[in-house]
Amino acid sequence: MATPPNNPPLLEVKNLRVEFPTRRGTLLAVDDVSFDIAPGEVLGVVGESGAGKSLTGNAIIGLLEPPGRIAGGEIRLEGRRIDNLPYEEMRKVRGARIGAIFQDPLTSLNPLYSVGHQLVETIQTHLPLSAAEARTRALDLLKEVGIPGAETRIDHYPHQFSGGMRQRVVIALALCAGPRLIVADEPTTALDVSIQAQIIALLKRLCREHGTAVMLVTHDMGVIAETADRVAVMYAGRIAEIGPVRDVVKHAKHPYTKGLMGSIPSLGVRTERLTQIDGAMPRLTEIPQGCAFNPRCTARGSRCLVERPDLMAAGTTRAACWLHDRGGIGAPVVKETADA
Amino acid sequence: MIAFILRRLLQSIAVLLAVGVVAFSLFRYVGDPINAMVGQDTTMEERAELRSKLGLNDPAPIQFLNFIGNAMQGKFGLSYRTSEPVGRLILERVPATLELSLCAAVFALFVGVPMGVYTGLYPKHWSSRLFQAVSLIGISLPTFLIGILLILVFAVWLRLLPSFGRGETVQIGWWTTNFLTWSGLKALILPSITLGLFQLTLLMRLVRSEMLEVMRADYIKFARARGLTNRAINFGHALKNTLVPVITVTGLQLGALIAFAIVTETVFAWPGVGQLFIQSVQFSDIPVMAAYLLLIGLLFVLINLTVDLLYFVVDPRLRSQGGAARVAGH
Repeated sequence: MATPPNNPPLLEVKNLRVEFPTRRGTLLAVDDVSFDIAPGEVLGVVGESGAGKSLTGNAIIGLLEPPGRIAGGEIRLEGRRIDNLPYEEMRKVRGARIGAIFQDPLTSLNPLYSVGHQLVETIQTHLPLSAAEARTRALDLLKEVGIPGAETRIDHYPHQFSGGMRQRVVIALALCAGPRLIVADEPTTALDVSIQAQIIALLKRLCREHGTAVMLVTHDMGVIAETADRVAVMYAGRIAEIGPVRDVVKHAKHPYTKGLMGSIPSLGVRTERLTQIDGAMPRLTEIPQGCAFNPRCTARGSRCLVERPDLMAAGTTRAACWLHDRGGIGAPVVKETADA
Repeated sequence: MIAFILRRLLQSIAVLLAVGVVAFSLFRYVGDPINAMVGQDTTMEERAELRSKLGLNDPAPIQFLNFIGNAMQGKFGLSYRTSEPVGRLILERVPATLELSLCAAVFALFVGVPMGVYTGLYPKHWSSRLFQAVSLIGISLPTFLIGILLILVFAVWLRLLPSFGRGETVQIGWWTTNFLTWSGLKALILPSITLGLFQLTLLMRLVRSEMLEVMRADYIKFARARGLTNRAINFGHALKNTLVPVITVTGLQLGALIAFAIVTETVFAWPGVGQLFIQSVQFSDIPVMAAYLLLIGLLFVLINLTVDLLYFVVDPRLRSQGGAARVAGH
């Protein structure tokens, strides 16, 4: 995990806090999140809706929707701090150093411009190319993302492409200026299952070829298991567990991750019942004292009710759970069967 | 696309025929034109002769066909009031109304759209709130009141601008224009503002609400994520997506400007077709009223046709799928 000193992380997120001021007080939607992404690495970020994974991604590209704001911590890209850049400076980072892919390819493209126009526009915003050179680059990108007949398709409008093809165009747009990092927020959720695998394979191949790192935000563990090098599991605005994808999938250390992995059906193994985690993730207004997961946890102790665990070494991964602390969880507290 | 244009053309012709029926029925139902044309001491024989000379004894469908046929050749008969050919009467007045409407439309577009964009981009800024409040006044004050207030301030108190008439005009062929003389231009200012103010506020509020909606769209967020400049996002991506409804409303309002210039022309004694229409109504000058109706109908149809064609220019989705039905669901 510890990146060697001669290979500094591409992206460093330290103690990031994102809050939403509301009339009833400030909600902390991302609470003290820290992680690194190495150059060329694919970091998966999983969690339920509302766990703060998309907000973390938006904070990194500097596009938190108001009134959401970064309340603390710092974000560094290639050693340069980017969380406090003025809008215009950050604009030059977006697209050029960090690309983004959003969930819905149907609505990500402006319906009134041809895909070629949108590609050329992005390329010329960031690279000093002439219109003809930019068009050549746009054409190459379209070929690279596997658009058949790119020479004619370049002048077509978004509505003339299928969902999967549009997401390929979106990927081409994200890659326009050769970014070092791509933040992909649920890139396959809106697509058919058969298309999902193609898009994931494409994203993986392109990023390997370009040496681009990816922060892959999704709630689909299958996609993560297939694509990511490491995975961060988020719960109620915090990272519950982070580690190499194989270890997290096979030997989860946090009870929440274990529950999450147990709830994925697998074809090969016949089980009586899938395990499920009772209850639901707490709302931001009702996060319990101590560990946020404690009301749903089957292994909780008295310490979990009062003290909030930070990430700590747990075998090959790092987990935010007192089970892995020398101090332990304290006296076991039996979980109420009917969840509050 | 060709099929679409043909369909629209046929619809336009149907609309014009319907307007023609209304215009024609004026002749049949608004009093006896002979009474209006002749003096008290005209004999019954003379009246009957005039009646048959004017073709008023023919069956109604024949009269209607004659009416339409003549109208298509620009022949609308003689004015009951001045006994001049109606076509010429209207043609003399058309430039005044068209120039006034054009200026009002340009004023509304070039002030209203930027104000709408601004208030849409910065909805919480104090100046946006001010624009909003002022636009509410503009949308609720009746046109004649605005006109009279403007006359009071700029013509009576400040003595900067004329309060009535077109000022000096220059004749180019049959067209008389205000644009080439200083007094003509000055005379245009107050009536144009009066006529355009309502459209301006309407456009501003429309553009504002469309901008607010478009700025929330995913493709705007994605455009930001691509690092495009604010200018490219606001004007290239956001404004263009608000254009379809704006074009629709501008088109409709352009027709309305020409048609409802009547009030403004009356307030400013502007010698346009609107004023001619009012005078004709007072005199039951039916040929002029009928011709005016047809002219306004024709203008509306032409404008709507242009608007439909502009949709194709703006929205590529219509070009391939043919048919403007999707504009409604835009």
